[in-house]
Amino acid sequence: MSNDVVLALVVITALGFDFTNGFHDTGNAMATSIATGALPPRIAVALSGALNLVGAFLSLAVAATIASGLVNTKLVTLTVVAAGLAGGIIWNLLTWLFGIPSSSSHALIGGVIGSTMAAAGGSSIKWHGLISKVIIPAGLSPVIAALIAAAGTWMLYRISRSLTDGARRHGFRVGQIGSACMVSLAHGTNDAQKTMGVITLALIANGSQKAGSNAPFWVILSCALAISIGTYVGGWRVIRTLGKGLVEIESPQGMAAESSSAAVILLSSSFGYSLSTTHVATGSIIGTGLGKKGAEVRWSVAGRMATAWLFTLPAAAVVGAGAYALAHGIGGTAGVVIDLIILLVVVAAIYWRSRASKVDHNNVNDSWSERPEQSVPEPAAA
Amino acid sequence: MSWINYTAIWKIVVFGLLAGAGLPAIFAGGLFALSRGPKVQTAGADADSDALVGGSMAGMIIAAICFLIVLAAIGWGIYEVYQIGHPAAPKVK
Repeated sequence: MSNDVVLALVVITALGFDFTNGFHDTGNAMATSIATGALPPRIAVALSGALNLVGAFLSLAVAATIASGLVNTKLVTLTVVAAGLAGGIIWNLLTWLFGIPSSSSHALIGGVIGSTMAAAGGSSIKWHGLISKVIIPAGLSPVIAALIAAAGTWMLYRISRSLTDGARRHGFRVGQIGSACMVSLAHGTNDAQKTMGVITLALIANGSQKAGSNAPFWVILSCALAISIGTYVGGWRVIRTLGKGLVEIESPQGMAAESSSAAVILLSSSFGYSLSTTHVATGSIIGTGLGKKGAEVRWSVAGRMATAWLFTLPAAAVVGAGAYALAHGIGGTAGVVIDLIILLVVVAAIYWRSRASKVDHNNVNDSWSERPEQSVPEPAAA
Repeated sequence: MSWINYTAIWKIVVFGLLAGAGLPAIFAGGLFALSRGPKVQTAGADADSDALVGGSMAGMIIAAICFLIVLAAIGWGIYEVYQIGHPAAPKVK
């Protein structure tokens, strides 16, 4: 049956998105540990990948909310899901190319919303859910995370002020590794769920599963693996920006940042907010710069990120809508297949472009300059 | 329907501060306690020394208590997340 072919393609695309989600977000957990030298880069990404795998099984709370709370599931078809995923993947890869830690969650949500709107109009979107569960938390979460991280940083330096520099660095590295592990766990718990939700949505749209049911085990397992492998591959460009670009980080600051991120992500998930781990981690890192006397926050880098955040939802939505229009115009299985072929071409082009200025585990910690040799032109406004 | 859930924000800020800043502070307190004692004082002004253990018995006991509190809190937190994420009764939202 041709529908099953489309379903299989959608599932593969969703896992592809999950993979990009993993490598885009490695930095959220591990950037500060890599920057302070608490963990060697390759060990850091391996550890983070393993903990993402565990985290994906830890909680299944967010999976259901991601799709059903934002769009009218009755109007969602497989073509809509495929087009939405295309929007999410393309935005994720573009921001990765420019080393901007943007939100994978917003890319996914934006893509799905765009394609749903193209398919069924604005009334198919649950605007209240979108604003109260996604947009307002997106604005508040970095501020709260920054506040907590600033308070933590201030206390850590205050309490440890009698320690020698060496002892302090040594002691807090241990704490930093522990807290970074918590962020990896939280990331698996939060972000792997989003793809599980989308695949479940596709299964429901295809009639393979009843509405309101939970993700089947093979979905949980494959999503956990995809995000874990993505994390292990490591988005070195984003790690570099987070670890070196925003604030020059010492190990007490790293611990404060990761603890704040882990606490905010886990708490918010329990309230049903599908927060962006990226926004939280960035807020925390800025907070550690504010909490330490004499530390400097590179606001130009922060400003560039914030701009990308503003564009993430609409830009992914535009791509999602375009992908839907194309697939719908061609129609049927062929439409989805052509969509995905175009997606593959774009992915290949972005990958090819990234080879020109490689960032990997060897040069991830090189000192930051505003115009580094690997700097690429600013992204045009989406 | 309200746009902002103030209760949730209030809880996230308070519990976030307790867990996200309080626990690291207890950990720092543990490091401080651990560094007390004769060894560090005789070590002189070697600022780059990695030596963390001061050798005071009381300091080490307090440090151990601090580290255990942090570990216990993390364990409890993970357990809570698991509980919330795996509701016992089949619950449809």
